[in-house]
Amino acid sequence: MRTVSAANITETVARLCQRANYFLPCDVEEALTKALQKEASPRAREILTQISGNTRVARERSIALCQDTGIAEVFVNVGQDVHIEGDILQDAVNKGVALGYTMGYLRTSIVADPLDRVNTHDNTPAQLTLAMVPGDRIEITVLPKGGGTENASALRMFPPSAGWPGIVEFVLETVREKGINSCPPLVVGVGIGGSFSAVGKLAKTALLRQVGSAPAAGAYAARERELLDAVNALGLGPMGLGGRTTALAVHIEHAPCHIACLPVAIAMNCHSTRRMTETI
Amino acid sequence: MSLSLAISELIQQIPSLRAGDDLLLSGILFTARDAAHKRLAQLINDKQPLPLQLANAVIYYCGPAPARPGDAIGPCGPTTSTRMDPYTPLLLSQGVRATIGKGRRSAQITEACRTYQALYCVVTGGVAALLSRQVKRAEIVAFADLGPEAIWRLEVVDFPVTVALDSKGNDIFRAPVEQP
Repeated sequence: MRTVSAANITETVARLCQRANYFLPCDVEEALTKALQKEASPRAREILTQISGNTRVARERSIALCQDTGIAEVFVNVGQDVHIEGDILQDAVNKGVALGYTMGYLRTSIVADPLDRVNTHDNTPAQLTLAMVPGDRIEITVLPKGGGTENASALRMFPPSAGWPGIVEFVLETVREKGINSCPPLVVGVGIGGSFSAVGKLAKTALLRQVGSAPAAGAYAARERELLDAVNALGLGPMGLGGRTTALAVHIEHAPCHIACLPVAIAMNCHSTRRMTETI
Repeated sequence: MSLSLAISELIQQIPSLRAGDDLLLSGILFTARDAAHKRLAQLINDKQPLPLQLANAVIYYCGPAPARPGDAIGPCGPTTSTRMDPYTPLLLSQGVRATIGKGRRSAQITEACRTYQALYCVVTGGVAALLSRQVKRAEIVAFADLGPEAIWRLEVVDFPVTVALDSKGNDIFRAPVEQP
């Protein structure tokens, strides 16, 4: 049994909130560079050039890439041979988010009650996803998720007969209607299966995969390519002003589901797909 | 090529500017997003005094991040404009001449821009660090209790926008998009 202090978790989460907001992941930056090489239209090229300049300025100055520094989606994989000493895990994570956002010049974008809408002023609470894994380590990932792309996300319970064609149509319809407001080039996370409550989480987990990486299940690689090609054929382009790159990637995560159901969720994300992981 | 315009020149040239024109704006912008719009609309409807002059104002849909010491402002990109659609005709009726944000808006706003001879401009989303360098001075003028949703007065230089809705009813997003 290995002991990890809750204070260590708090410090790690605080650091991850800041670094995720300042430093665009290399895989996303590479995909954006490739997109610039592919674009012919001057407007699309100008936007991608601005994005590249923004990545540089944010990195050099340690300031947020986007003013919407997001709701803090925190994914924690706890090794089952770890004992956490001090605060319970949720509190340690929330303290880390509060510390990271208030000390890191990050915007606090959370309201305590969805109808009263009073800002909590420290960006808590985090959206915590907890999993138990083998081993004696704790792996923590922070994904700052913007509100605009959350509003463009969607969930639908299909009958099994809808099948793959129904899913393709749903993804295209969602990107066509809401993609422009999600700061394309997009990263689109698709969840298929599970249950009503699980499928949204699957879609969001799909955003954690490196852009350009292959899915674990071979059959899904071709499906991801099919969706990416179809999304890019829409021609929305960077910021919806026309071009070849509407999305950098479409990632699918799937799970077993009920014989009566085909749950599908789409987690939309922007060109500023921010995520950072550390292992304690 | 982008056209450099002071905000006063922008307002004079509204009738001749067209969807698709690239502009570099210099002058004063006021930020306002969801919560500030709700409060402004309430004050207007209640015929109460407003915390800022809306006549000839340009509104930027933005809630900036905090500034590091020595910086005029923190990262300050646009938010999604369509959430402000329910309030925009009212604000345009009070003299607001242009709004700046990101994304497509409802047909009602196309019509309102024609009625009130106003513009809607877009700025690239998600390049907030870059845009913060175009802001030379920033101060909160109203609703400080709203935190990131307060109204800020920004003094900008060469702030890059593209006209998305013009005063003749043209919409950059409804023009044919380039096919791959």
